[in-house]
Amino acid sequence: MIAYVVRRMLLAVLTVWAISVLSFIIIHLPPGDYVTSYIASMSASGSAVSEGEATALREQLGLDKPITVQYAKWMGLILQGNFGMAMEWGRPVSDVIGDRLALTMVISVAAVLFTWALALPIGIYSAVYKYSFLDYVFTFVGFIGLAIPGFLLALIVMYVGFAYFGANVGGLFSPDFAEAPWSVAKAWDLAKHLPIPAIVLGVAGTAQLIRIMRSNLLDELRKPYVMTARARGLPEFRVVLRYPVRVALNPFISTIGYLLPYIVSGSIIVSLVLSLPTVGPLLLKALVAQDMFLAGTIVLLLGVMTVVGTFISDLLLMWVDPRIRLGKD
Amino acid sequence: MAALAEIAAAPETRSLAEQRIAVATQWQLMWWRFRKHKLAVGGTLVLVAFYLVALFADFFAYADPQDSDAQRSLMAPQSIHWFDDGRFAPYIHALKGTRDPLTFKRVYVPDTATKLPIRFLAKGEPYTLLGFIPMERHLFSVEGAKTGETLFLMGTDAQGRDLWSRLMFATRTSMTIGLVSVGLSLVLGVVLGGISGYFGGVIDTVIQRIIEILRSIPTIPLWMGLAAAVPNDWSVVQIYFAITIIISLIGWTELARVVRGRFISLKQEDFVMAAELVGCSKMRIIFRHMVPSFISHIIAATTLAIPAIIISETSLSFLGLGLRPPAISWGVLLQDAQNIQALVISPWLLYPSVAVIVAVLAFNFMGDGIRDAADPYL
Repeated sequence: MIAYVVRRMLLAVLTVWAISVLSFIIIHLPPGDYVTSYIASMSASGSAVSEGEATALREQLGLDKPITVQYAKWMGLILQGNFGMAMEWGRPVSDVIGDRLALTMVISVAAVLFTWALALPIGIYSAVYKYSFLDYVFTFVGFIGLAIPGFLLALIVMYVGFAYFGANVGGLFSPDFAEAPWSVAKAWDLAKHLPIPAIVLGVAGTAQLIRIMRSNLLDELRKPYVMTARARGLPEFRVVLRYPVRVALNPFISTIGYLLPYIVSGSIIVSLVLSLPTVGPLLLKALVAQDMFLAGTIVLLLGVMTVVGTFISDLLLMWVDPRIRLGKD
Repeated sequence: MAALAEIAAAPETRSLAEQRIAVATQWQLMWWRFRKHKLAVGGTLVLVAFYLVALFADFFAYADPQDSDAQRSLMAPQSIHWFDDGRFAPYIHALKGTRDPLTFKRVYVPDTATKLPIRFLAKGEPYTLLGFIPMERHLFSVEGAKTGETLFLMGTDAQGRDLWSRLMFATRTSMTIGLVSVGLSLVLGVVLGGISGYFGGVIDTVIQRIIEILRSIPTIPLWMGLAAAVPNDWSVVQIYFAITIIISLIGWTELARVVRGRFISLKQEDFVMAAELVGCSKMRIIFRHMVPSFISHIIAATTLAIPAIIISETSLSFLGLGLRPPAISWGVLLQDAQNIQALVISPWLLYPSVAVIVAVLAFNFMGDGIRDAADPYL
C-alpha cells in the first residue's frame, strides 16, 4: 500500500516537473522576450526605454543567461511563491490570478460531481435494463453529448436562454455580488449560478462515464456470483447494488484521473463563452498580449491542480479497491 | 411441394453459409459484421458525403467564399419557392436592402416582382476542379444574376459573404485537418506504442510514464500556449501544418496505448513463437505476422481519434488561436457566433455547428462499428 502511494506520488512529482518544463517552453516560444515586449508596451504608452536600461533589465531578470539557468531561476522564484509580474496589469501574477483560480477549481469540481451524480444511476439503469427503451434514449443522448464540443453547447445554452427566456445565463455572480467581498450571501449567489456551467462542462464526460459504467456492470452481471446471490433469494436491488456495482465502480473512480484534466481543459473555453470569472478568459488575453509570465503561470498552476486532483483520486481508488490497498495485482 | 423443397435445401444452404464463413478472409468477416451495424453504415455514408464536399468544395459552393459586400451584410437565409405555376421550378425573390430608420439595422425585403430561377449545374464563377480541371459549372446557382440579387441559401455573415459557400470550403479545411493530424498521431503512436509493447522493460516504463504525464495535463491551455506562439506573419498553409502538429502532439497517446496493448497480447500467441522458432527476423515477425492481425484495431482507434481532433481544431480556431482568416474552417466560421447579441439577431451564424456535430457523430458511429467488427469478443 505504501509502495503504491509512493509510486503515485513520484509520478505526480515527475508530472509536475514535466508541466513546468512545458510551461517554460510556452513562455519562451514567441519570438523576443519579456524585455522586448516590455519595451514595446512602454513605447506604446509614450515612454522610451534606452539601450542601457534594456540590458540592465535583462541582466536583472537573468534573461542574458543560458536557457537552463533561466529555467532554474524561474523555478526558484516560483518555489518562493513569486510568479513574476503580469505585464498588462502591472501587478504580481499571484494577485491577478488568485480568486479566479479558486473559481476555476470550484466549477471543475462541481462539474465532476454533476458527472458522477448523473452517470452513476443512469449507467446502472442502462446495464440492468439493457436494450430497454430508456437505455436506447440514454445511449442516443450520450452520443449527442459526446459529439457537441463544450463551447458549442455553451453557445446554444446562451442563445436559448437569451432568445427564449430573455435571461443572461452567463456569469457566476449577480451584478450586486460581482465586486462584493466574500460573504454567505455571495457564496449562495455563486451556488445558484453554478448549475449551468457545471452541466455544460459535465455533459461530454457524463456521456463517456455512462458508457463505461454500463459496460463494466454488464460484465459483472454475467458472472456466476450474481446468479448465486439471486438463487439465494436476495432482493433484486441488493443483488445489483451490493456486489456488482461495487466492483464496477472501480474503473469508474479511476477515470477521474483523466476526467479532471478534461474538465479543467474544457472550463477554459466554456468560461470564455459564458463569461465566467475563471482563469480561462485571463489565459486567452495573456496569450494574445504575449504576457507570457501570466500565461505560463496559469498553464503551470492548472497542470499542478490537475495532478493533485488525480493523486487524490488515486488515493480514493485505493480506499475503495482492496486489491490495490493490499498491494496485490 | 415448395415447402418440401425448402426443407430439402435447408441443410445445403446452411452448410454453404458455413463454408463461406470458413473460407472468408479476416477482412470479409469484418465487412459482414460491419454491415450489420446500421448506425455505423449510416455514419460511413454521411462521412463519404462530407469528404465529397471536401474534395469538390468549389463545385458545391456557388459563390466566392471571400467575396464580401457591405451592402448585403447579415442577410437571413432566403426561402426557396419550389414550385412555379404547379411546375417544379425552384426560384427565389431578389432582396432589397434598406436601413431601418429607427434601429439603423439593415433589413431586407423580398422583391416579389422578380423571380430568379435556380438552375442545377448552372454556370458561375470559374474554378479548377481538383486543382487541374478548369470548370465553371456549380451544383446549383442563379444564372446571370447581378451581384446583390444572387442566392443566399444560409444567409450572409457580417461582411456579406455567402455562408453556404463558406461552409463548403470550411468543410474541406476541417475534414482534412482531422486526417492529416491523425496521420501524424498514427505514425507517432504506432512507432512508440510498438516499441513500448514489443521490447517491454525499461523502454516500456519510460514511454508509459511519458504517456501518463501527457494525459494528465489539461490539453486546451497547453494547445493555446503553443498555438499562440505561431508567428502572425505565417502563411495560411504554414499555420495549418503548425496546428496539425500541435494537435497531434497529444493525440498520439491513445493510439500508442492501443498498439502497445495489442503487441503485448500478441507476443504470447503461438504463431509468433512459431515464427520465432523458424528463425524469422524481428522485422519480419512484426510486419508480416503481428501487424496484419491488429491492423483492424488500429483502424478503429484511428477513426475514433479523428472526431476529437476535429473538435480540438474547431475549439482553437473558435478562440482565434487556431486557423486565422483568410483561412476558412468550421471554427473560424463559428468565431462570428461568439457574440451573443449578434447571435440573437442573426441565428443562422450558428449553422456551421450542425456540420461539426454531424461529422463528429458520424465518425463516432463508424469507429464504434469498426471496433465491434474488428473484435468479435467484445
